[in-house]
Amino acid sequence: MSITISGMTKRFDRTEVLRGIDLDVADGELMALLGPSGSGKTTLLKIIAGLEWPDAGQLQVAGQDWLQLAARDRRIGFVFQHYALFPHMSVRDNIAFGLDVQPRGQRPSRAQIAAKVDELMAFLQIDQLADRYPAQLSGGQRQRVALGRALAIQPRVLLLDEPFGALDAAIRRDLRRWLRGVHEATGSTTIFVTHDQEEAFELADRVVVMGQGQIEQIGHADEIHDHPASPFVARFMGATVELPVTLLAGRASGPGLDLTALPRRALPDGPAHILARPADIRAVPDAGGCWTVGSLGSTGAELHLTASRPDGTEVEVQMPRRGAPALTRGATVTLGVEAAAVFPYSRRDHAAHVLPLRKEIAR
Amino acid sequence: MIAAAAPIRAKRVLPGFTLSLGTTLLYLVLIVLIPIAALVLKGAEIGPAAFWAIVSSDRAVAAFRITLTAGAIATAFNAAYGLLMAWVLVRYDFPAKRLLDALMDIPFALPTAVAGLSLTALFSANGWFGSVLDAAGLQVVYTIWGIALAMAFTSIPFVVRTVQPVLEDLDSSLEQAAETLGARPWQIFSRVVFPAILPAWLAGCTTAFARSLGEFGAIVFIAGNLPFETEIAALLAYIRLEEYDYNGAAAIALVLLAFALVLLVVSNILQSWAARHREATR
Repeated sequence: MSITISGMTKRFDRTEVLRGIDLDVADGELMALLGPSGSGKTTLLKIIAGLEWPDAGQLQVAGQDWLQLAARDRRIGFVFQHYALFPHMSVRDNIAFGLDVQPRGQRPSRAQIAAKVDELMAFLQIDQLADRYPAQLSGGQRQRVALGRALAIQPRVLLLDEPFGALDAAIRRDLRRWLRGVHEATGSTTIFVTHDQEEAFELADRVVVMGQGQIEQIGHADEIHDHPASPFVARFMGATVELPVTLLAGRASGPGLDLTALPRRALPDGPAHILARPADIRAVPDAGGCWTVGSLGSTGAELHLTASRPDGTEVEVQMPRRGAPALTRGATVTLGVEAAAVFPYSRRDHAAHVLPLRKEIAR
Repeated sequence: MIAAAAPIRAKRVLPGFTLSLGTTLLYLVLIVLIPIAALVLKGAEIGPAAFWAIVSSDRAVAAFRITLTAGAIATAFNAAYGLLMAWVLVRYDFPAKRLLDALMDIPFALPTAVAGLSLTALFSANGWFGSVLDAAGLQVVYTIWGIALAMAFTSIPFVVRTVQPVLEDLDSSLEQAAETLGARPWQIFSRVVFPAILPAWLAGCTTAFARSLGEFGAIVFIAGNLPFETEIAALLAYIRLEEYDYNGAAAIALVLLAFALVLLVVSNILQSWAARHREATR
């Protein structure tokens, strides 16, 4: 089922949680909503599920207006962050719930329900847990049961709220691969919410980056990584170093900075700033450089250092130790920036300002 | 180096643990256990044959029957009404909610005799409710209905106050999950919410029933206290005491005590049965 969201807004009391969301999800797509907490991603997911209602906007699924439908009539599979398994029911009964509660006319027979549940449990590799209760399961097992319960009703859309949020790192990685497999086997349109970039990029076809109730960027991993559409996305993607520069004919320059590695930008001349990841900056010894090495440390593979300018600006640098020049505390250096996002200077930027949205790129 | 000499002592939250435990145990023994033991000893003095004669006398059997019947009626009413009341207090927002919530404790705070007096005044033939009900041919005062009414009044908070916190703590995502799976509101209640509050509800009903069996002050005013008709067991024990028939009083009291103990055990069994899968749900 394709999903089309347009002009969606939502506020809780005074707080605007969604400020105009436009989003298209293609049929069978696996999409991630990525953003820090408070970005409105979970609210958006709950609106699609029918557990929250927007103040304005449209929600069309396969051409049908879903804002006219109650959650129970939407036939969605929703996996809750803490799974929300029914504690007094066995795994088998939990998975069968969605089928058991169907009206008499539509409900499959007992035998059909049992067969369906068995099939699902085998598919999700939890058949040995059939008679256990949720309290007796580990986090990863609960996650599988929750997904089984959601899949039992053959949902038109599968929605997952922080599906791996409560799990250990090792189990996360396993389940991620497993969920990708489940998605490919069922082919249902799937949207999941996460605050973990790695998770979003590894799992999703496309990633929607959200910040403060707006969509900041939609795209694939490489695209968002290399060309963040806004300072917000750049910062969220780990570009913690912010430096003021001057733009002239599309080239950026700044005191003590070697920015020749950056491609030309079609941006107006004048003040601008760059956002770079510490790992994309190199410190090069230069007697005339205006940066001074402050702290210096090593993780074995990487050299971590801070460099500061007389005007008080301090920059964090991470560079591979092998092949790195000999550096000491107090040495003067020039900083070479190998990759960075460049944005024209804007006073509003430090408020909620966002550059014009990059239009969605077709898959 | 590990110091092996000093034994490691668990840190205690309360200082003076021994003292506080001692005090509470002493209190329990003095106020609860010794009176109960005295009652049991007194009953044992009577001897089985005499004991049986007392508790199986027509008047005593009638009193037990009336107490249990009225208690059952009151509990059935409270079970339904108390659940509804708890639901309303937790799930809805309305202007006088706090006030209503506070009013729920009045039966606890009010002297039961005052409750009995006001109920009698309301339901007597010339009272506000009584005059209407009388016209409809329904007499409450001096009947078993009056007893049940008084019992229901004094024991309602037990149901409300046990169900309320459990309902408040219920994870709302359980209901949302049921809704997304297509459950109708009634199905959500009967299959998800009710099983979750069942242990608390059962416990509340059982304690309400136990409280009803022991109620005295509120009932004597409204019941009329006719032997074989509207005389409750607690009153019969009191009458025996007034007559200096200590054995008779003790025997009846012992039976009431046995009822209470059985109910407590039943309540605990029901709760642990209903709560068998409830730990670490998140």
